Amino acid sequence: MDPVTLAVLKGRLEGIADEMDATLFRSAFNPTIAEAHDACHGLYDAATGATLIQGKFGLPIFVGVMAFATKAVIDKFPDAADGDVFIFNDPYLGGTHLSDLRLIRPCFRDGRIFCWLGSVGHWHDVGGAVPGNYNPAATEYFQEGVLIPPVRLYRAGALNQDILDIVLAASRLPDVAYGDLQAHLSALDLGVARLAVLLDEYTPDTVAEALRELQARAATQIRAEIATLPDGTWSQEDFLDNDGRTDEPLRIACDITKQGERLTLDFSRSSPACAGPVNISRATTVASVYVALKHLFPEVAANSGVMDPIEVIVPAGSLLDAERPKPVGGYTETILRIIDVLFSAFARIRPDRACGNAYGTINALSIAGTRADGRRWVLFQFFGGGHGGTPEGDGLSHGNPPIATAIIPPVEVMEAAYPVRYTQWALRPDSGGAGEQRGGLGAVYEIELLEEHAEAFVFAERARFAPKGVLGGGDGAPNHIAYRRDDGWETPPLGSKVVGVQLERGDRIRLESPGGGGRGDPARRDPEAAARDHRLGYVS
Amino acid sequence: MSGGRLVVGVDVGGTYTDLFLFDEATGRARVGKVPSTRGQEAAGFADGIIGLAPLPDISAIVHGTTVGTNALLERKGARAGLITTQGFRDVLEMRRRDRRQTWGLTGNFVPVIERDLREEVPERTLADGSIHTPVDPDAVRAAAARLRDAGARALCIVFLHSYANPANERAALAAAREVWPNGDITISSDILPEIREFERTSTAALNAVLQPVVGSYLSTLDARLRDGGFGGEFLIVQSNGGVMSVETAQRLPVRTALSGPAAGVIAAAHIATEAGFPDVITGDVGGTSFDVSLVAGGEPALAAQSTIDFGLVVRTPMIEITTIGAGGGSIARVDAAGLLQVGPDSAGSVPGPVCYAAGGTRPTVTDANVVLGRINAERPIGGKLARLDRDAAADAILRDVGRPLGLDATDAAAAILRVANARMASALRLVSIERGHDPKRFSLMPFGGGGALHAGALIREVGLARALVPRYPGVTSALGCVIADMRHDRVRTLNRLLAAIEPEALRAEMDAAVADLSALLDRAGVAFTGRSVTHELDMSYLGQTHTVAVRLDLAPDGSGPVTQAALLAAFERAYGGAYGRLLPGAQVRVLNLRTAVTGRRPKIDLLSLAPDPDASLDAARRDPRRVWVGTWQEVPVFDRLLLPVGACIAGPAVLEQPDTTILVEPGHQGRVDRFGNLILEPEGAAN
Repeated sequence: MDPVTLAVLKGRLEGIADEMDATLFRSAFNPTIAEAHDACHGLYDAATGATLIQGKFGLPIFVGVMAFATKAVIDKFPDAADGDVFIFNDPYLGGTHLSDLRLIRPCFRDGRIFCWLGSVGHWHDVGGAVPGNYNPAATEYFQEGVLIPPVRLYRAGALNQDILDIVLAASRLPDVAYGDLQAHLSALDLGVARLAVLLDEYTPDTVAEALRELQARAATQIRAEIATLPDGTWSQEDFLDNDGRTDEPLRIACDITKQGERLTLDFSRSSPACAGPVNISRATTVASVYVALKHLFPEVAANSGVMDPIEVIVPAGSLLDAERPKPVGGYTETILRIIDVLFSAFARIRPDRACGNAYGTINALSIAGTRADGRRWVLFQFFGGGHGGTPEGDGLSHGNPPIATAIIPPVEVMEAAYPVRYTQWALRPDSGGAGEQRGGLGAVYEIELLEEHAEAFVFAERARFAPKGVLGGGDGAPNHIAYRRDDGWETPPLGSKVVGVQLERGDRIRLESPGGGGRGDPARRDPEAAARDHRLGYVS
Repeated sequence: MSGGRLVVGVDVGGTYTDLFLFDEATGRARVGKVPSTRGQEAAGFADGIIGLAPLPDISAIVHGTTVGTNALLERKGARAGLITTQGFRDVLEMRRRDRRQTWGLTGNFVPVIERDLREEVPERTLADGSIHTPVDPDAVRAAAARLRDAGARALCIVFLHSYANPANERAALAAAREVWPNGDITISSDILPEIREFERTSTAALNAVLQPVVGSYLSTLDARLRDGGFGGEFLIVQSNGGVMSVETAQRLPVRTALSGPAAGVIAAAHIATEAGFPDVITGDVGGTSFDVSLVAGGEPALAAQSTIDFGLVVRTPMIEITTIGAGGGSIARVDAAGLLQVGPDSAGSVPGPVCYAAGGTRPTVTDANVVLGRINAERPIGGKLARLDRDAAADAILRDVGRPLGLDATDAAAAILRVANARMASALRLVSIERGHDPKRFSLMPFGGGGALHAGALIREVGLARALVPRYPGVTSALGCVIADMRHDRVRTLNRLLAAIEPEALRAEMDAAVADLSALLDRAGVAFTGRSVTHELDMSYLGQTHTVAVRLDLAPDGSGPVTQAALLAAFERAYGGAYGRLLPGAQVRVLNLRTAVTGRRPKIDLLSLAPDPDASLDAARRDPRRVWVGTWQEVPVFDRLLLPVGACIAGPAVLEQPDTTILVEPGHQGRVDRFGNLILEPEGAAN
């Protein structure tokens, strides 16, 4: 296919996914989608479900997992018809966790499926033991939320009200769930309409050829990038604090072999599956490898072709190959650690591109209670932290995690919506890892309860094992979580996980998020930069 | 008020200062161009005007300025201080927890007010507007004194929830004034009484760092003009496309962030409406970027906020300008996957395209236009270079694009233009089709030096009806200055359920906003031909965080009854239009009230720009030259400014003028309308 038409079609197809993203973000009800953009849209292969195109604004981790999700629908519904919409959140089929509802719709042309369109987003609540679904103490998915297998929400354009009723009944916040569902459906309608126009304009054969060609070229491109690396074998490991049940570290280890244009990432030395919710499914493991590679080689395309020359080895029974009913609610923590391990390994393989580890935890906080007038409320929020030092300079302070492009809701919006008062929202001095290029700073957030009573949960990591520096750079400060009851500050026994702490009016919860790892020997830091760090209070 | 009769529009750009003079007595217009004097903009500006007309003859000077934008982009704002709520000193630096780009964790952020110039004081207002902790004036005085002693020249005060109750900020302002050596103090509830602390802090902080810079620039300019005998009105174009007095601009310099480009869009809207095409998309092809803006029914689209650079957010109504990195200087290359990419990397103006022979080695869009003969290498526009190096451009294209793709230099250059056009087309689609506008209704108005070369390809690719090339595309922004109305906006956060809105209270709130904004118009001392008022509500279903803008259907002066039923109906129209579905039964929330008051200024008669009645096609004809238009052809060339009204030129043809080159593609025709605009459309198209 001529490269110019290809470039044009690539832009048009990406534009469709981008516009689906924008439609969902603007009309969704829960802030995790609307403000934090924990969602994604894409086009997936008619037969294999492989990711063909993903929107620019969606959550990076979904690029990889949505291929598995679409495949699950393809396998279960060989009779999928025009106007069908499938919905599910089964993480063992579709990756990530129960909070992520996937809506998948076939796009028909000339009587057959041209491709699939997907719309996935993190819903506010899908039942389970903990409001907001981050249950640090779960031992089976049943305690994390209600699992919905792939089912038909629409049959040939007609709503199946029974399915809708079951989905909404699973949530503590059915109105919000209903609003989010409508937003997903708007995005899918728009994608189908835009794609129809494109197919009319360029013919299905030409568009299909362009999609095949883009996959092939992505593979070529990543092979070319891999070829620039030296041949060899490298081993790297890091740890999760614990599984939320027993305070014992869990190993994430990767042995990387590079030969010619191929990479083998062998995670065999990682810990076996654990009792708590930091297991992840194989689909999620593969997807997180993709995210790390895309950060290391930003130019490579956002489609499945990228994984062609890469072999990922995960033995059965591993923490990284969870099978039902092992809990997976804390998947974000495990994939962040995989990305950290790959960043540290590549710092040794390609020192010129080395970056310190980012803060490595999403710090998911939920506070839930009932107002004086009887209305139920669930505050749910993710927090920021420092990025690692980079070849260009110091790491970014208070960035978002590498797996997301999420932004944080404003304090004023949170206080207007929930009965809390934020008493601090500040950078955390001394949290950036020392280095020739210093790690970015984490932050300090402190929240006071204004109602009579509430219950708080935090799902986090990096309280025991700090974000690593690279090339001689120092580690970032570890995560620190505390709550104040009856005038005394307490820290949770598991360090990074808070399970159902009861708060009364005036009690506070405090999160001090990790900074990023430093890059290079701190002794080589420019003295002026070091003096500036002191003057501005970044370093005390 | 002076007895002058000239109105002068002045647009100071990076390279040139464009002037547009309109003589109200004779109805005649003149254009001028002088080099911009970087760092000495005020002097260059005044001298430029004096060169064209005696200052006492001028009744009004209207200025579109990039002084504020450049100060922000180049981080040359003044040293400023921030006083904020205890516990929230770092809001400005923490942003909304974003990052520079999705992929690749590089790039950091330096806020415009650094951490040692940000002070906290005990005080707290809650979300419902109640005062949890009154502000401590002693603490404010002490903080202000420390900032003053640390060398801050401007101060801003931003307290949490001040949009809901400004009492603490106002008390702090009074205390700070006692120790602050000048009047440059911004409080956030004055500048943006709207919920979201980062956006409000950023807007207030950018205003503070601009105040000394823009303030002294305008004072110097004003004094220089007055010394020269100028006795008329001196007005500044705002980012919302309206003008404001110098006094307002000095108080709210952040409103000049997009002053220059906004003036261009205003001119485009006026020119196109007069020409009978009120629906246009403007496309400004600059050196590094392609700026696109949509005008529907003669009204430019406005955006509520804009990001000047990563983390530098300005939230104030602005002409919505969508920018992509595809301009004349955009670099073409073949990536590791063998795909041809054009931009976003740019050769900029230094070293510039290869053909400038100023050190550039990587082929650009301009190089492709030169190689294909579309740009006249022997007579480049702008008048700075004597000729362009076409051979060097061809060599670079062959090396970087041709050989990797197996194409010769011509085909490679054509491929660069196709990809560049496709990227520009996607920007045009983004503002039109993707927002529900049918492109067949719209005309493209290219301005800036490079746009008219791409106009034909763009209207074909996007399905636009036609392109309208204004008579002087290079001075569009200066013309816009002369045309712009005076406009002031105000936002007020309500954050109430629709069911809880009391219509009389809302009406009173609206009337108060109109009274305040009208007073600003009165104070400017400008004569208006009329005034108009619009009220918009930001509304959503309860629980959503994004809102839709709902324009209230009221009398032109903003008066008329407000009822809950009418508000609901208006919301449902807007929401259904945006998302294709409603959520019956869900509660509706009203977040903000936005009010705009416009004072209309006299419009110039664009017929004054029309071609000379004696003009003729023969006199306009120049020597033909070889141009690639799908194949190499000997193509007729005309001097565009000498073409008579009614001339109709069949493509392929090239039209040259000092500030742009127009390509009439095969299958298109170029028609000169009665104003001297050139209308490019498919051959045989009816008007």
